[in-house]
Amino acid sequence: MSDFQYARAGDVAEALRLGAAPGAAFLAGGTDLLQLWKAGVQSPGQVIDISRLPLKDITAADGVLTLGALARLAEVAAHPAVHPLIVEAIAASASGQIRNMATVGGNLLQRTRCVYFRSHDLACNKRSPGSGCGALAGENRQAALFGTSQACVATHPSDLAVALAALDAEVEIIGPGGTRRLGLDELYRLPGDTPEQDANLAPGELIASVIVPAFAGRSTYLKVRDRASFEFAVVSVAAALRVEDGRIVQARLAAGGVAPRPWRLRAAEAALTNGASFAEAGALAIEGAQPLADNGFKIELLRRAVVRALETVGGAA
Amino acid sequence: MPDPGRIALALTLNGAARALTVAPTDTLLDLIRDQLGLTGTKKGCDMGACGACTILADGRRIKACLALAASYDGAAITTIEGIGALEAPHPLQEAFARHDALQCGYCTPGQIMSGLAVLDEHPADLETIREAMSGNLCRCGAHPNIVAAIAEVAGL
Ligand SMILES: Cc1cc2nc3c(=O)[nH]c(=O)nc-3n(C[C@H](O)[C@H](O)[C@H](O)COP(=O)(O)OP(=O)(O)OC[C@H]3O[C@@H](n4cnc5c(N)ncnc54)[C@H](O)[C@@H]3O)c2cc1C
Ligand code: SF4
Ligand code: FES
Ligand code: FES
Repeated sequence: MSDFQYARAGDVAEALRLGAAPGAAFLAGGTDLLQLWKAGVQSPGQVIDISRLPLKDITAADGVLTLGALARLAEVAAHPAVHPLIVEAIAASASGQIRNMATVGGNLLQRTRCVYFRSHDLACNKRSPGSGCGALAGENRQAALFGTSQACVATHPSDLAVALAALDAEVEIIGPGGTRRLGLDELYRLPGDTPEQDANLAPGELIASVIVPAFAGRSTYLKVRDRASFEFAVVSVAAALRVEDGRIVQARLAAGGVAPRPWRLRAAEAALTNGASFAEAGALAIEGAQPLADNGFKIELLRRAVVRALETVGGAA
Repeated sequence: MPDPGRIALALTLNGAARALTVAPTDTLLDLIRDQLGLTGTKKGCDMGACGACTILADGRRIKACLALAASYDGAAITTIEGIGALEAPHPLQEAFARHDALQCGYCTPGQIMSGLAVLDEHPADLETIREAMSGNLCRCGAHPNIVAAIAEVAGL
């Protein structure tokens, strides 16, 4: 394991300054950064502790929920103003101990669980650009169905991000030039030829908060995994519906475990508001899926998970 | 002369104030076991996956192997050594013994520290305890008895 220096950022300005230096990495809860460092995947020269910055508040005003990037997942899930879909996704994430440590911002920026990426000596374009993608022709049971490239087929592992995508949340980012907001589809990059960069963030930019607009409807988070608890998703679905007079007037669907970012199922959403059945929505959800040798089972799993999630939210609608 | 590579750290450890220095790369687990000699807290996976290193920081259970020590300056840390003694065990420790909630015992300190946090949440039933304890693995498979021991202390 490599050595690093440690500095605690006293305020946001200091964090931006220290974080922009080459080799610097922010530490929030540290649960992913320390794993990657111990595995030899990431070797920061300088760890900048941002965990005490005043970006922890969870607030609700006019139905709009704001989650400070440094709020811990356990605090978010316990807060009465937080949308139940977010609470469910967090309750299905990691373990009680990790939820006490992990932060909102760190969770969104955690890196893929692809085994090649997490092993310092296997081929992986994301970890070591140009070394090849070990998963493409190797162990790819966990790989993505959508949004991949020949350079990388990894999925994003966050459960919270899937719930936030379904709720049309935005991420507020602070950089040297001020603040900007990105939707989750804009925050995460698709791999293309440069899979080494997961997010559209410049070095030293900070996630300050996540803003979640109101959604007046029912929702569920369905997570399918290899064991019942303390495991990443094979496939997950966040579904939210607003039903009026027996008609679906608003539908939101996002899938996890199937793409390099939470994958909004917009064709299925549009069909549902035009009177499509849950079965038809399930069929639309898997259109365009591009399986590899070992992950084709995820297509049928996704279709069924979409139907099950919709039935849970919408009853017999 | 203080070593310029080390970081000053003030902790409350099992109720006693401690002034220490740590390397920037030390985890709380390294600090507790190697520097402070409190070997009740175990190192299993060192990657957040087994729960053997579970301790309380400011009353909340965490995995000491993924906690960078320097980041916990000022925290109140409780380890298995801080909750009971051989002469005066904690009720949860007694329940573990009564229920045979261990075989080799390696996971036990982590199970008990995690169980204490679960008891604070007043679990409503056995299923809640099982789910809440999923971050603590037992290689010997004592899980049913671990759940039973926690349930007894919870009054279930
Ligand atoms: C055993 C285990 C099981 C897990 N299971 C699940 C699971 O089921 N579902 C799930 O979703 N996750 C799971 N996780 C992942 C876990 O949720 C993440 O490790 C955690 O959320 C990361 O948050 P953190 O605050 O600890 O991040 P850190 O490790 O501190 O940071 C992660 C990354 O984000 C950067 N960063 C952090 N905060 C900011 C910020 N505000 N602005 C800019 N950059 C920032 C850091 O520099 C670093 O690159 C699991 C982890 C473990 C160890
Ligand atoms: S899928 Fe992506 S992360 Fe996995 S080996 Fe290929 S390049 Fe690396
Ligand atoms: S040693 Fe910390 S979780 Fe396994
Ligand atoms: S008692 Fe042996 S690992 Fe749990």
